[in-house]
Amino acid sequence: MQGLPCIFYNFAINCKNRLHSLINSWKMKYIIQFTIIIAISLIGELLNIIIPLPIPASIYGMVILFTALITGIIKLSAVKETGKFLIYIMPLMFIPPTVGLIGAWDTMQSFLVAIVVISLVSTIIVLAVSGHVTQWIIEFKERRNKR
Amino acid sequence: MKELLGTSIFIGLVITLGTYLIGLHLRKKFNLFIFNPLLIAISLTIGILLLFGIDYNTYNIGAQHLSYLLTPATVCLAIPLYEQFKLLKKNFTAIMVGIASGVLTSCVTIFCMALLFRLGHHEYVTLLPKSITTAIGISLSEELHGYVAITVAAIMITGLFGNIAGDILCRILHIKHPVAKGIAIGTASHVMGTAKAMEIGEIEGAMSSLSIAVAGCMTVIATIGFEWLI
Repeated sequence: MQGLPCIFYNFAINCKNRLHSLINSWKMKYIIQFTIIIAISLIGELLNIIIPLPIPASIYGMVILFTALITGIIKLSAVKETGKFLIYIMPLMFIPPTVGLIGAWDTMQSFLVAIVVISLVSTIIVLAVSGHVTQWIIEFKERRNKR
Repeated sequence: MKELLGTSIFIGLVITLGTYLIGLHLRKKFNLFIFNPLLIAISLTIGILLLFGIDYNTYNIGAQHLSYLLTPATVCLAIPLYEQFKLLKKNFTAIMVGIASGVLTSCVTIFCMALLFRLGHHEYVTLLPKSITTAIGISLSEELHGYVAITVAAIMITGLFGNIAGDILCRILHIKHPVAKGIAIGTASHVMGTAKAMEIGEIEGAMSSLSIAVAGCMTVIATIGFEWLI
C-alpha cells in the first residue's frame, strides 16, 4: 500500500489501538477491579455462613485478599485503584447506621453516661498501653542490636 | 411535602452525600478538628430528617445501599496492609505484641468498667467491639447479639476522641517513635484516628491503617473469650 490509502489505513489501525488501550487502561480496569473485590466479599459471606464462628464476612475477605496479594495470585494493580477509592469513601458508609441512632435513642438514654465514660477512659488507656509496649520492644531491639 | 420526599429512594442518598460534601467543604475551609466531616454529615442528616419529618426507614431505603459497600471496603484494607508489608516484617514482633496488648487492655477495661456501671450482658457485649473499625464492629456486634446502633455510637465517640486528642495524648504520654504512635492511635481509635495519623506522618498513617485490620481481627478472636464473662 502506498500514498493516501496507506495513511488512512495507518490512521484506522492507530485509532483502533488507542481505543483498545483506553478501554484496558481505565474503563475496563475498574470493572475488573470491582468484580474481584465483590467476588472476594461474596466468598467471605459464604464462609461466614458455612463456618459457625462469630467472624464477620469482611475479615474472611480481608485475609483472602491479603493472602492472594502476598502469594501473587492477585496482582496489586488488579485491585489497587478501586480498593483505594473504597477506603477513601469509607466514612460515607458510616453515616446511615449512625443516623439510625435516633431510633435507638430510647434504649441508649438509660446508659448514655456509661457509654461516654467507658469509651473515653478505655481509649486513653488502650492508646497508652499499645503505644508504650510497641515503643519499648522497638527500643529494646535497637539497643540489643547495637551491642 | 413529606409524602413527596418519601416517594423517591434517592432521597436518602442525596441527603447523605450532600451533607458529607458540606462537611468536607467546612473542614477544608476552617481546618479545625471540630469540623469533622463525618460528625457534620451525621448531625445535619439527623437535623434534616427531624425538620422535614422524614422517617428513618424512608431515608434508609436509599441510604442502606451505601452501607452495603462496608464489606468490600473492609476487604480492601488488605491493600495498605500489603503495601506496608516490609515495614510490618521489620517490626513484626513489636507491632503484634503492641496491638495484642492494646486489644487485651480494651477488653479488660471495658469488662472492669461494665462491672463498675453494673451493665447487663447485652450492654457489655455491645461495648466490647468499640475500639475497632465500624465495618468489623457492626458485624461483630450483630454476631454477639448486641445493640448495633449503640456499638456504632460507642465506636463513633471513640474514633472522634482519638481523632481530636490522639496526637496530643501521644505527646503527653511520651510516645515518640513513629511506628509506636501509629500503632497506638490505630489500635485505640480505628479509621477516624487513622485519618489523624495520616496527617502526622506517612509511617504513622501506614502503621495506623495496619493496626485497624490487625486489631479488628484480634478483637474478633478476643471477644470469643470475653463475651461469656458477664
